[in-house]
Amino acid sequence: MTQRLTIAVPRGALFADTLTALDGLGIDTSEVRANHRKLLFEDVGIVTMRPSDVPTYVEAGAADLGFTGKDVLMEQAERDVYELLDLGYGRCLMVLATVAGDDPAQEALRRLGVMRIATKYPRIAARHFERTGRQAEIVEVKGSVELAPLTGLVEGIVDLMATGTTLRENGLVVREEISVATARLIANPVAHKLKAEAIDDVVARLRAR
Amino acid sequence: MRELRAITEGVRTVFEASGYGEVATPALEYEAVLARGDASAAEPAYRLFDETGNVLVLRSDMTIPIARVVAARYPHAEPPLRFCYFAHHYRSVRTGRGQAREELQAGVELVGAPAPEGTAEALTVLCRSLDAAGLEGYRVGLGDAALYPALLDGFGIGHEARRQLVHELVTRDFVGLEREVAALGLGPEAAALLLRIPQLRGGPAVLDVPAGPVADAVEGLRRVYAQLEPAVADRVIFDLGLSRPLGYYTGEVFEVYDQALGSPIGGGGRYDDLLGRFGRALPAVGWALNVERLHIALVGERGR
Repeated sequence: MTQRLTIAVPRGALFADTLTALDGLGIDTSEVRANHRKLLFEDVGIVTMRPSDVPTYVEAGAADLGFTGKDVLMEQAERDVYELLDLGYGRCLMVLATVAGDDPAQEALRRLGVMRIATKYPRIAARHFERTGRQAEIVEVKGSVELAPLTGLVEGIVDLMATGTTLRENGLVVREEISVATARLIANPVAHKLKAEAIDDVVARLRAR
Repeated sequence: MRELRAITEGVRTVFEASGYGEVATPALEYEAVLARGDASAAEPAYRLFDETGNVLVLRSDMTIPIARVVAARYPHAEPPLRFCYFAHHYRSVRTGRGQAREELQAGVELVGAPAPEGTAEALTVLCRSLDAAGLEGYRVGLGDAALYPALLDGFGIGHEARRQLVHELVTRDFVGLEREVAALGLGPEAAALLLRIPQLRGGPAVLDVPAGPVADAVEGLRRVYAQLEPAVADRVIFDLGLSRPLGYYTGEVFEVYDQALGSPIGGGGRYDDLLGRFGRALPAVGWALNVERLHIALVGERGR
Protein backbone atom coordinates (compact mmCIF):
# COMPACT_ATOMS: atom_id res chain seq x y z
CA MET A 1 0.00 0.00 0.00
CA THR A 2 1.29 3.45 -0.86
CA GLN A 3 2.07 5.72 2.06
CA ARG A 4 2.43 8.89 0.03
CA LEU A 5 0.75 11.83 1.76
CA THR A 6 -1.13 14.79 0.32
CA ILE A 7 -0.78 17.83 2.57
CA ALA A 8 -3.09 20.87 2.66
CA VAL A 9 -1.14 24.09 3.25
CA PRO A 10 -2.87 27.39 4.06
CA ARG A 11 -1.86 30.49 2.16
CA GLY A 12 -2.01 33.47 4.53
CA ALA A 13 -0.59 34.15 7.98
CA LEU A 14 0.51 30.54 8.59
CA PHE A 15 2.05 30.06 5.13
CA ALA A 16 5.72 30.87 5.83
CA ASP A 17 6.00 28.95 9.12
CA THR A 18 4.18 25.97 7.60
CA LEU A 19 6.61 25.80 4.66
CA THR A 20 9.52 25.97 7.12
CA ALA A 21 8.02 23.06 9.04
CA LEU A 22 7.63 21.13 5.76
CA ASP A 23 11.28 21.87 4.87
CA GLY A 24 12.17 20.25 8.18
CA LEU A 25 10.38 17.10 7.00
CA GLY A 26 12.59 17.01 3.94
CA ILE A 27 9.84 18.14 1.57
CA ASP A 28 11.10 20.42 -1.19
CA THR A 29 8.98 23.58 -0.92
CA SER A 30 11.02 25.77 -3.26
CA GLU A 31 8.45 25.63 -6.06
CA VAL A 32 5.64 26.45 -3.62
CA ARG A 33 7.59 29.47 -2.39
CA ALA A 34 8.38 30.63 -5.92
CA ASN A 35 4.95 30.26 -7.44
CA HIS A 36 2.16 32.34 -5.92
CA ARG A 37 -0.57 31.52 -8.42
CA LYS A 38 -0.19 27.77 -8.71
CA LEU A 39 -2.32 25.82 -6.21
CA LEU A 40 -1.47 22.16 -6.72
CA PHE A 41 2.10 20.84 -6.41
CA GLU A 42 1.67 17.17 -7.19
CA ASP A 43 5.38 16.27 -7.21
CA VAL A 44 5.77 17.10 -3.52
CA GLY A 45 2.19 16.26 -2.46
CA ILE A 46 1.23 19.81 -1.48
CA VAL A 47 -2.05 21.62 -2.15
CA THR A 48 -2.32 25.28 -1.17
CA MET A 49 -5.59 26.98 -0.28
CA ARG A 50 -7.38 29.57 1.80
CA PRO A 51 -6.84 28.73 5.53
CA SER A 52 -10.52 28.14 6.31
CA ASP A 53 -10.76 25.61 3.46
CA VAL A 54 -8.14 23.28 4.96
CA PRO A 55 -10.56 21.30 7.20
CA THR A 56 -12.92 20.90 4.22
CA TYR A 57 -10.29 19.22 2.06
CA VAL A 58 -8.96 17.09 4.91
CA GLU A 59 -12.40 15.92 6.08
CA ALA A 60 -13.30 14.82 2.55
CA GLY A 61 -10.00 13.01 2.11
CA ALA A 62 -8.85 15.26 -0.76
CA ALA A 63 -5.82 15.84 1.50
CA ASP A 64 -4.52 13.37 4.11
CA LEU A 65 -2.98 15.97 6.40
CA GLY A 66 -3.53 19.70 6.83
CA PHE A 67 -2.08 22.69 8.62
CA THR A 68 -4.65 25.11 10.00
CA GLY A 69 -5.35 27.46 12.89
CA LYS A 70 -7.22 26.45 16.04
CA ASP A 71 -9.55 29.39 15.31
CA VAL A 72 -10.61 27.71 12.06
CA LEU A 73 -11.12 24.36 13.82
CA MET A 74 -13.19 25.98 16.57
CA GLU A 75 -15.36 27.75 14.02
CA GLN A 76 -15.86 24.48 12.09
CA ALA A 77 -16.18 22.21 15.12
CA GLU A 78 -18.41 19.73 13.27
CA ARG A 79 -15.62 18.69 10.89
CA ASP A 80 -14.70 15.03 11.34
CA VAL A 81 -10.90 15.30 11.40
CA TYR A 82 -8.17 14.23 13.84
CA GLU A 83 -6.37 17.06 15.61
CA LEU A 84 -2.91 15.57 16.04
CA LEU A 85 -0.50 18.26 17.14
CA ASP A 86 -0.27 21.80 18.45
CA LEU A 87 2.48 23.28 16.26
CA GLY A 88 2.93 26.32 18.50
CA TYR A 89 3.43 28.91 15.77
CA GLY A 90 0.91 31.41 14.44
CA ARG A 91 -0.13 32.35 17.96
CA CYS A 92 -3.14 34.69 17.99
CA LEU A 93 -5.79 35.80 20.45
CA MET A 94 -9.52 35.73 19.78
CA VAL A 95 -10.73 38.95 21.38
CA LEU A 96 -13.79 41.11 21.92
CA ALA A 97 -12.88 44.69 20.97
CA THR A 98 -14.74 48.01 20.85
CA VAL A 99 -13.83 51.65 20.23
CA ALA A 100 -11.70 53.19 22.99
CA GLY A 101 -13.21 55.19 25.83
CA ASP A 102 -16.50 54.17 27.48
CA ASP A 103 -17.37 50.60 26.42
CA PRO A 104 -20.26 50.96 23.94
CA ALA A 105 -21.01 47.21 24.04
CA GLN A 106 -21.48 47.33 27.82
CA GLU A 107 -23.58 50.44 27.42
CA ALA A 108 -25.83 48.75 24.82
CA LEU A 109 -26.18 45.68 26.98
CA ARG A 110 -27.13 47.77 30.02
CA ARG A 111 -29.62 50.06 28.28
CA LEU A 112 -30.98 47.87 25.45
CA GLY A 113 -30.38 44.35 26.79
CA VAL A 114 -28.56 43.31 23.64
CA MET A 115 -25.33 44.25 21.88
CA ARG A 116 -24.47 43.98 18.21
CA ILE A 117 -21.21 42.21 17.40
CA ALA A 118 -19.54 41.93 13.98
CA THR A 119 -17.29 38.95 13.29
CA LYS A 120 -15.92 36.47 10.74
CA TYR A 121 -16.30 33.81 13.45
CA PRO A 122 -20.08 33.71 14.16
CA ARG A 123 -20.00 30.38 15.99
CA ILE A 124 -17.09 31.23 18.29
CA ALA A 125 -18.69 34.60 19.06
CA ALA A 126 -22.17 33.15 19.67
CA ARG A 127 -20.75 30.44 21.95
CA HIS A 128 -18.76 33.01 23.95
CA PHE A 129 -21.79 35.18 24.63
CA GLU A 130 -24.00 32.19 25.41
CA ARG A 131 -21.42 30.91 27.88
CA THR A 132 -21.19 34.28 29.59
CA GLY A 133 -24.97 34.73 29.61
CA ARG A 134 -25.20 37.85 27.46
CA GLN A 135 -27.56 38.62 24.61
CA ALA A 136 -25.74 39.50 21.39
CA GLU A 137 -26.81 39.95 17.79
CA ILE A 138 -24.06 38.43 15.65
CA VAL A 139 -23.44 40.27 12.37
CA GLU A 140 -21.34 38.18 10.01
CA VAL A 141 -18.98 40.17 7.76
CA LYS A 142 -16.48 38.87 5.24
CA GLY A 143 -14.03 41.77 4.96
CA SER A 144 -12.27 44.10 7.41
CA VAL A 145 -14.19 43.67 10.66
CA GLU A 146 -12.60 46.83 12.17
CA LEU A 147 -14.79 48.98 9.94
CA ALA A 148 -18.06 47.77 11.49
CA PRO A 149 -17.90 49.54 14.90
CA LEU A 150 -16.49 52.74 13.32
CA THR A 151 -19.53 53.15 11.11
CA GLY A 152 -22.11 52.38 13.79
CA LEU A 153 -23.03 48.99 12.29
CA VAL A 154 -22.22 47.32 15.62
CA GLU A 155 -20.98 48.12 19.12
CA GLY A 156 -18.17 45.56 19.17
CA ILE A 157 -16.25 42.97 17.20
CA VAL A 158 -14.94 39.46 17.83
CA ASP A 159 -11.79 38.90 15.83
CA LEU A 160 -8.39 37.28 15.75
CA MET A 161 -5.53 39.51 16.90
CA ALA A 162 -1.86 38.79 16.24
CA THR A 163 -0.05 41.98 17.30
CA GLY A 164 -2.92 44.38 17.91
CA THR A 165 -1.61 46.93 15.40
CA THR A 166 -4.71 46.89 13.18
CA LEU A 167 -7.00 47.37 16.18
CA ARG A 168 -4.90 50.25 17.52
CA GLU A 169 -4.72 52.00 14.16
CA ASN A 170 -8.51 51.95 14.01
CA GLY A 171 -8.94 53.27 17.54
CA LEU A 172 -10.19 49.96 18.96
CA VAL A 173 -9.25 48.40 22.31
CA VAL A 174 -9.43 44.81 23.58
CA ARG A 175 -12.18 44.31 26.18
CA GLU A 176 -12.04 40.55 26.63
CA GLU A 177 -9.72 37.70 25.62
CA ILE A 178 -11.81 34.73 24.44
CA SER A 179 -9.23 32.10 23.52
CA VAL A 180 -5.72 31.48 22.22
CA ALA A 181 -5.24 30.00 18.75
CA THR A 182 -2.09 28.36 17.38
CA ALA A 183 -1.43 26.29 14.25
CA ARG A 184 -2.56 22.66 14.37
CA LEU A 185 -1.81 19.55 12.34
CA ILE A 186 -5.01 17.73 11.35
CA ALA A 187 -5.62 14.40 9.60
CA ASN A 188 -8.38 12.70 7.66
CA PRO A 189 -9.88 9.89 9.79
CA VAL A 190 -9.49 7.21 7.09
CA ALA A 191 -5.95 8.27 6.13
CA HIS A 192 -5.11 8.21 9.85
CA LYS A 193 -5.77 4.44 9.76
CA LEU A 194 -4.60 3.50 6.27
CA LYS A 195 -1.44 5.63 6.27
CA ALA A 196 -0.71 5.31 9.98
CA GLU A 197 3.04 4.84 9.61
CA ALA A 198 3.62 7.85 7.37
CA ILE A 199 1.38 10.07 9.51
CA ASP A 200 2.98 9.00 12.81
CA ASP A 201 6.38 9.72 11.26
CA VAL A 202 5.33 13.27 10.33
CA VAL A 203 3.88 13.85 13.81
CA ALA A 204 7.03 12.55 15.53
CA ARG A 205 9.32 14.73 13.40
CA LEU A 206 7.19 17.86 13.80
CA ARG A 207 7.03 17.26 17.55
CA ALA A 208 10.83 16.93 17.71
CA ARG A 209 11.40 20.22 15.85
CA MET B 1 -30.41 1.72 -9.18
CA ARG B 2 -28.88 -1.05 -11.32
CA GLU B 3 -25.45 -0.57 -9.75
CA LEU B 4 -26.90 -0.39 -6.23
CA ARG B 5 -28.91 -3.53 -6.94
CA ALA B 6 -25.75 -5.37 -8.05
CA ILE B 7 -24.13 -4.49 -4.72
CA THR B 8 -27.07 -5.61 -2.59
CA GLU B 9 -27.54 -8.80 -4.60
CA GLY B 10 -23.87 -9.71 -4.15
CA VAL B 11 -24.09 -9.05 -0.43
CA ARG B 12 -27.39 -10.94 -0.16
CA THR B 13 -25.79 -14.04 -1.70
CA VAL B 14 -23.14 -14.00 1.04
CA PHE B 15 -25.77 -13.49 3.77
CA GLU B 16 -27.77 -16.47 2.51
CA ALA B 17 -24.75 -18.72 2.07
CA SER B 18 -23.68 -17.87 5.65
CA GLY B 19 -27.09 -18.82 7.07
CA TYR B 20 -28.42 -15.34 7.86
CA GLY B 21 -32.20 -14.95 7.55
CA GLU B 22 -33.57 -11.61 6.37
CA VAL B 23 -35.80 -9.67 8.76
CA ALA B 24 -37.76 -6.44 8.32
CA THR B 25 -38.84 -4.11 11.10
CA PRO B 26 -40.97 -0.97 10.87
CA ALA B 27 -39.27 2.35 10.14
CA LEU B 28 -41.38 3.86 12.93
CA GLU B 29 -40.60 2.79 16.49
CA TYR B 30 -41.79 3.97 19.91
CA GLU B 31 -39.21 6.35 21.30
CA ALA B 32 -39.38 4.67 24.69
CA VAL B 33 -38.35 1.34 23.13
CA LEU B 34 -35.25 2.73 21.42
CA ALA B 35 -34.28 4.63 24.56
CA ARG B 36 -34.27 1.33 26.48
CA GLY B 37 -31.48 0.18 24.17
CA ASP B 38 -29.27 3.24 24.27
CA ALA B 39 -29.68 6.78 25.55
CA SER B 40 -28.01 8.23 22.45
CA ALA B 41 -30.49 6.38 20.21
CA ALA B 42 -33.11 8.34 22.13
CA GLU B 43 -31.85 11.45 20.31
CA PRO B 44 -33.34 10.59 16.92
CA ALA B 45 -33.45 13.13 14.13
CA TYR B 46 -37.18 12.77 13.49
CA ARG B 47 -39.95 12.54 16.08
CA LEU B 48 -43.71 12.41 15.54
CA PHE B 49 -46.89 11.64 17.45
CA ASP B 50 -49.39 8.90 16.78
CA GLU B 51 -53.18 9.38 17.07
CA THR B 52 -53.13 8.70 20.83
CA GLY B 53 -50.21 10.96 21.66
CA ASN B 54 -47.40 8.38 21.83
CA VAL B 55 -44.02 9.63 20.63
CA LEU B 56 -42.78 7.76 17.56
CA VAL B 57 -39.37 8.10 15.97
CA LEU B 58 -37.90 7.19 12.62
CA ARG B 59 -35.25 4.56 13.41
CA SER B 60 -31.66 5.80 13.37
CA ASP B 61 -30.18 2.31 13.72
CA MET B 62 -31.29 -1.31 13.08
CA THR B 63 -29.56 -3.06 15.96
CA ILE B 64 -31.99 -1.97 18.69
CA PRO B 65 -35.14 -2.83 16.65
CA ILE B 66 -33.68 -6.29 15.98
CA ALA B 67 -32.84 -6.73 19.67
CA ARG B 68 -36.51 -6.02 20.37
CA VAL B 69 -37.59 -8.57 17.72
CA VAL B 70 -35.33 -11.27 19.19
CA ALA B 71 -36.79 -10.83 22.68
CA ALA B 72 -40.39 -10.58 21.49
CA ARG B 73 -40.52 -13.20 18.72
CA TYR B 74 -37.72 -15.65 19.48
CA PRO B 75 -37.88 -15.96 23.27
CA HIS B 76 -37.04 -19.67 23.26
CA ALA B 77 -35.21 -20.27 19.95
CA GLU B 78 -31.91 -22.08 20.35
CA PRO B 79 -28.97 -19.70 19.81
CA PRO B 80 -27.05 -18.71 17.83
CA LEU B 81 -29.59 -16.74 15.79
CA ARG B 82 -28.49 -15.16 12.53
CA PHE B 83 -30.33 -12.14 11.10
CA CYS B 84 -29.62 -9.90 8.16
CA TYR B 85 -31.37 -6.84 6.78
CA PHE B 86 -31.44 -4.30 3.98
CA ALA B 87 -33.15 -1.30 5.49
CA HIS B 88 -33.26 2.47 5.47
CA HIS B 89 -32.41 4.44 8.55
CA TYR B 90 -32.83 8.13 9.17
CA ARG B 91 -30.45 10.73 10.49
CA SER B 92 -29.95 14.45 10.74
CA VAL B 93 -27.76 16.16 8.16
CA ARG B 94 -25.56 19.21 7.92
CA THR B 95 -27.08 21.42 5.27
CA GLY B 96 -25.21 21.91 2.03
CA ARG B 97 -23.05 18.82 2.55
CA GLY B 98 -24.84 16.49 0.13
CA GLN B 99 -25.80 14.17 2.97
CA ALA B 100 -28.92 12.04 2.67
CA ARG B 101 -31.47 11.98 5.47
CA GLU B 102 -32.39 8.45 4.45
CA GLU B 103 -29.58 5.90 4.10
CA LEU B 104 -29.70 2.27 2.99
CA GLN B 105 -27.88 -0.11 5.29
CA ALA B 106 -27.00 -3.75 4.72
CA GLY B 107 -26.09 -5.56 7.89
CA VAL B 108 -26.13 -8.63 10.09
CA GLU B 109 -26.76 -9.38 13.74
CA LEU B 110 -25.35 -12.60 15.20
CA VAL B 111 -27.15 -13.31 18.48
CA GLY B 112 -26.04 -15.82 21.10
CA ALA B 113 -22.49 -16.23 19.79
CA PRO B 114 -19.90 -14.93 22.27
CA ALA B 115 -16.36 -13.71 21.53
CA PRO B 116 -14.06 -14.77 20.06
CA GLU B 117 -15.93 -17.12 17.69
CA GLY B 118 -18.94 -14.82 17.20
CA THR B 119 -16.77 -11.79 16.47
CA ALA B 120 -14.61 -13.78 14.06
CA GLU B 121 -17.71 -15.01 12.20
CA ALA B 122 -19.09 -11.47 11.95
CA LEU B 123 -15.76 -10.20 10.56
CA THR B 124 -15.62 -13.07 8.09
CA VAL B 125 -19.12 -12.39 6.76
CA LEU B 126 -18.21 -8.68 6.58
CA CYS B 127 -15.13 -9.30 4.43
CA ARG B 128 -16.95 -11.79 2.20
CA SER B 129 -19.75 -9.25 1.68
CA LEU B 130 -17.28 -6.54 0.67
CA ASP B 131 -15.52 -9.01 -1.65
CA ALA B 132 -18.89 -9.93 -3.20
CA ALA B 133 -19.67 -6.25 -3.74
CA GLY B 134 -16.39 -6.00 -5.66
CA LEU B 135 -14.49 -3.66 -3.32
CA GLU B 136 -10.77 -4.33 -3.50
CA GLY B 137 -8.69 -2.01 -1.36
CA TYR B 138 -10.71 -2.04 1.86
CA ARG B 139 -9.34 -2.56 5.38
CA VAL B 140 -11.15 -3.29 8.63
CA GLY B 141 -10.11 -1.38 11.75
CA LEU B 142 -10.48 -3.57 14.85
CA GLY B 143 -10.50 -2.23 18.41
CA ASP B 144 -12.29 -2.75 21.69
CA ALA B 145 -14.85 -0.39 23.19
CA ALA B 146 -13.94 -1.54 26.71
CA LEU B 147 -10.21 -0.87 26.29
CA TYR B 148 -9.95 2.83 27.11
CA PRO B 149 -12.53 2.67 29.91
CA ALA B 150 -10.48 -0.17 31.45
CA LEU B 151 -7.36 1.99 31.22
CA LEU B 152 -9.18 4.88 32.92
CA ASP B 153 -10.43 2.51 35.65
CA GLY B 154 -6.91 1.18 36.10
CA PHE B 155 -5.59 4.67 36.86
CA GLY B 156 -8.58 5.49 39.07
CA ILE B 157 -9.70 8.45 36.95
CA GLY B 158 -12.75 10.16 38.50
CA HIS B 159 -16.08 10.64 36.78
CA GLU B 160 -15.69 14.27 35.66
CA ALA B 161 -12.13 13.88 34.30
CA ARG B 162 -13.20 10.67 32.59
CA ARG B 163 -16.06 12.38 30.80
CA GLN B 164 -13.62 15.04 29.57
CA LEU B 165 -11.00 12.52 28.36
CA VAL B 166 -13.60 10.43 26.51
CA HIS B 167 -14.96 13.62 24.94
CA GLU B 168 -11.50 14.51 23.56
CA LEU B 169 -11.14 10.97 22.22
CA VAL B 170 -14.57 10.86 20.58
CA THR B 171 -14.01 14.28 18.96
CA ARG B 172 -10.62 12.98 17.72
CA ASP B 173 -8.73 15.80 19.48
CA PHE B 174 -5.35 14.47 20.59
CA VAL B 175 -4.14 17.99 21.43
CA GLY B 176 -7.07 18.28 23.84
CA LEU B 177 -6.40 14.78 25.19
CA GLU B 178 -2.78 15.72 25.90
CA ARG B 179 -3.93 18.86 27.73
CA GLU B 180 -6.50 16.98 29.83
CA VAL B 181 -4.10 14.15 30.68
CA ALA B 182 -1.46 16.68 31.76
CA ALA B 183 -4.06 18.36 33.99
CA LEU B 184 -4.62 15.08 35.87
CA GLY B 185 -1.12 15.27 37.38
CA LEU B 186 -0.44 11.53 36.97
CA GLY B 187 3.04 10.05 36.86
CA PRO B 188 4.86 10.31 33.51
CA GLU B 189 4.35 6.61 32.74
CA ALA B 190 0.58 6.65 33.31
CA ALA B 191 0.20 9.89 31.36
CA ALA B 192 2.19 8.47 28.44
CA LEU B 193 -0.03 5.35 28.33
CA LEU B 194 -3.28 7.35 28.41
CA LEU B 195 -1.99 9.35 25.43
CA ARG B 196 -0.18 6.67 23.48
CA ILE B 197 -2.57 3.71 23.63
CA PRO B 198 -5.48 5.37 21.80
CA GLN B 199 -3.09 6.40 19.01
CA LEU B 200 -1.79 2.87 18.41
CA ARG B 201 -2.96 1.36 15.14
CA GLY B 202 -1.41 -1.03 12.64
CA GLY B 203 -0.41 -4.71 12.49
CA PRO B 204 -0.45 -7.30 15.30
CA ALA B 205 2.67 -5.68 16.80
CA VAL B 206 0.28 -2.99 18.11
CA LEU B 207 -0.98 -5.52 20.66
CA ASP B 208 2.42 -5.66 22.38
CA VAL B 209 1.46 -2.98 24.88
CA PRO B 210 2.23 -3.08 28.62
CA ALA B 211 -0.52 -5.43 29.86
CA GLY B 212 -1.88 -3.82 33.04
CA PRO B 213 -5.49 -2.62 32.86
CA VAL B 214 -5.88 -3.25 29.11
CA ALA B 215 -4.74 -6.90 29.32
CA ASP B 216 -8.28 -8.34 28.96
CA ALA B 217 -9.20 -6.26 25.94
CA VAL B 218 -5.87 -6.93 24.19
CA GLU B 219 -6.12 -10.66 24.92
CA GLY B 220 -9.67 -10.60 23.49
CA LEU B 221 -8.39 -9.01 20.27
CA ARG B 222 -5.62 -11.63 20.03
CA ARG B 223 -8.16 -14.46 20.39
CA VAL B 224 -10.39 -13.02 17.68
CA TYR B 225 -7.41 -12.56 15.38
CA ALA B 226 -6.29 -16.15 15.94
CA GLN B 227 -9.69 -17.36 14.70
CA LEU B 228 -9.60 -15.43 11.42
CA GLU B 229 -8.82 -17.10 8.11
CA PRO B 230 -5.81 -15.48 6.34
CA ALA B 231 -7.91 -13.58 3.76
CA VAL B 232 -9.80 -11.86 6.60
CA ALA B 233 -6.80 -11.42 8.92
CA ASP B 234 -4.92 -9.64 6.11
CA ARG B 235 -7.65 -6.97 6.05
CA VAL B 236 -7.41 -6.19 9.76
CA ILE B 237 -5.76 -3.05 11.13
CA PHE B 238 -5.69 -3.08 14.93
CA ASP B 239 -6.78 0.28 16.29
CA LEU B 240 -6.64 0.66 20.07
CA GLY B 241 -8.26 4.10 19.86
CA LEU B 242 -11.28 3.04 17.82
CA SER B 243 -14.50 4.41 19.25
CA ARG B 244 -17.98 4.12 17.76
CA PRO B 245 -20.68 6.75 18.17
CA LEU B 246 -23.27 4.44 19.78
CA GLY B 247 -22.99 3.70 23.48
CA TYR B 248 -24.17 0.07 23.61
CA TYR B 249 -20.92 -1.58 22.45
CA THR B 250 -19.25 -3.73 25.10
CA GLY B 251 -16.27 -5.43 23.43
CA GLU B 252 -14.66 -5.62 20.01
CA VAL B 253 -15.69 -2.85 17.61
CA PHE B 254 -14.79 -2.45 13.96
CA GLU B 255 -14.96 0.02 11.10
CA VAL B 256 -14.49 -0.37 7.32
CA TYR B 257 -12.15 1.96 5.41
CA ASP B 258 -11.24 2.34 1.78
CA GLN B 259 -8.66 4.64 0.20
CA ALA B 260 -11.31 5.84 -2.26
CA LEU B 261 -13.49 7.41 0.46
CA GLY B 262 -12.62 9.94 3.17
CA SER B 263 -15.01 8.50 5.75
CA PRO B 264 -15.82 4.96 7.00
CA ILE B 265 -18.11 2.79 4.86
CA GLY B 266 -19.61 0.99 7.83
CA GLY B 267 -18.88 -0.65 11.11
CA GLY B 268 -20.18 -2.51 14.10
CA GLY B 269 -19.19 -4.43 17.18
CA ARG B 270 -20.18 -6.54 20.16
CA TYR B 271 -23.16 -5.57 22.31
CA ASP B 272 -23.31 -8.25 24.97
CA ASP B 273 -25.57 -6.29 27.36
CA LEU B 274 -28.16 -4.92 24.94
CA LEU B 275 -30.51 -7.89 24.53
CA GLY B 276 -30.86 -8.31 28.29
CA ARG B 277 -32.57 -4.92 28.39
CA PHE B 278 -35.30 -6.37 26.17
CA GLY B 279 -35.71 -9.54 28.22
CA ARG B 280 -33.42 -12.10 26.60
CA ALA B 281 -29.85 -11.84 27.86
CA LEU B 282 -27.63 -13.12 25.05
CA PRO B 283 -24.22 -11.96 23.84
CA ALA B 284 -24.37 -10.54 20.32
CA VAL B 285 -22.34 -8.90 17.58
CA GLY B 286 -23.39 -7.08 14.43
CA TRP B 287 -22.39 -4.63 11.76
CA ALA B 288 -23.89 -2.49 9.03
CA LEU B 289 -22.53 -1.24 5.73
CA ASN B 290 -23.78 1.99 4.25
CA VAL B 291 -24.73 0.82 0.74
CA GLU B 292 -24.58 4.27 -0.86
CA ARG B 293 -21.10 4.95 0.55
CA LEU B 294 -19.98 1.50 -0.57
CA HIS B 295 -21.21 2.46 -4.03
CA ILE B 296 -19.18 5.70 -3.97
CA ALA B 297 -16.06 3.78 -2.89
CA LEU B 298 -16.55 1.24 -5.69
CA VAL B 299 -16.88 3.97 -8.29
CA GLY B 300 -13.82 5.69 -6.80
CA GLU B 301 -11.73 2.51 -6.89
CA ARG B 302 -12.64 1.79 -10.50
CA GLY B 303 -11.85 5.36 -11.51
CA ARG B 304 -8.24 4.99 -10.42
